[in-house]
Amino acid sequence: MDKERIDQIIDKHHSDPSSLIQILLDIQAEHHWLPKEALEQISERLQVPMTRVQHIATFYKAFSLVPKGRHQIHICMGTACHVRGASRVLDTVEGLTGIKPGETDLDLKFSLETVNCLGCCALGPVLEIDGKTHGKMAPVQTADVLKNYD
Amino acid sequence: MSEILLKIDGKEVKAREGMTVLEAAQRAGISIPTLCHHEKLEPYGACRLCIVEIDMRGWKKLVVSCLYPVAQDLVVTTKSEKINRIRKMIVELLLAHAPDAFDLQDLAREYGADRDRFEKESSFCIHCGLCVRYCAEVKKKHAVGFVNRGANREISFIPEVASKECWNCKECFPLCPTEALQAAYVLTEALMSHTRQ
Ligand code: SF4
Ligand code: FES
Ligand code: FES
Repeated sequence: MDKERIDQIIDKHHSDPSSLIQILLDIQAEHHWLPKEALEQISERLQVPMTRVQHIATFYKAFSLVPKGRHQIHICMGTACHVRGASRVLDTVEGLTGIKPGETDLDLKFSLETVNCLGCCALGPVLEIDGKTHGKMAPVQTADVLKNYD
Repeated sequence: MSEILLKIDGKEVKAREGMTVLEAAQRAGISIPTLCHHEKLEPYGACRLCIVEIDMRGWKKLVVSCLYPVAQDLVVTTKSEKINRIRKMIVELLLAHAPDAFDLQDLAREYGADRDRFEKESSFCIHCGLCVRYCAEVKKKHAVGFVNRGANREISFIPEVASKECWNCKECFPLCPTEALQAAYVLTEALMSHTRQ
């Protein structure tokens, strides 16, 4: 993410120190992670110490300080999905992407996380990609769904 | 500023409005154990060791004295079996994180705390915040701060700031009740010299 774009986002929030979290969220949404340079730029422009920016960026799970893929895969491991075969869905995704939960592939295509119940147990096993829910997943369907992303 | 009269451990104590119970007690020569309190810093209330019992017209409550403001006719008890039991527990919990901290060992002796009561989870830092707050409030350098949260919270130096400011200051070192601060600094230093090469 270039410096100008970050400046634009900061300007949009009038360089207001109380908008720190919102600025971080905007950058996270656009860039999928928060590079150190971005944090430094924010610290300087908002006149907020780096310790504080870092404290907030590491406090909330919504922020990532390491590169994330373009697409975020969440696999539900909740009880309902588990009994309906979530682990097979996870195995399939791990096999196809080559990454384990918490990891991101080298092409920065996918990041994988597991979650405990997405709140739509009747659809289990559930897989969510970039916020879109895919229900009743079996290994074959899982592979088909993943093909739609690049 | 108006004067306030309160009673601490049966002793009449005069205080000014806006003072905390801890300040009033200290001024009257009554000692209350503290770990995260520092007179130059804003009250923080992290360690809970300074807990006392207050009685406001028959209404009893446990409060942390370093945060609780004095009030007219407040009756404060700083030592009792109940309070000592709570302090003992706090020390035991902290010892699980920093079993070899001298300050904690002294407190353990005083309150009869068992060093091995809880399974060790040596993170060394007990999150008193003295280093972070001292650097921010007194030195205004913000070289060290907290990162992460909950049980994983730890201190972290900002290398760019630390490399300029810390070597000649290090005023936070003696404040740390454990050895965690110094260790974190030494680590940061090592990483800095490594990247410089
Ligand atoms: S490193 Fe020491 S002074 Fe700093 S917060 Fe931890 S225990 Fe307190
Ligand atoms: S257990 Fe998967 S959605 Fe509830
Ligand atoms: S000294 Fe009061 S909470 Fe630590």
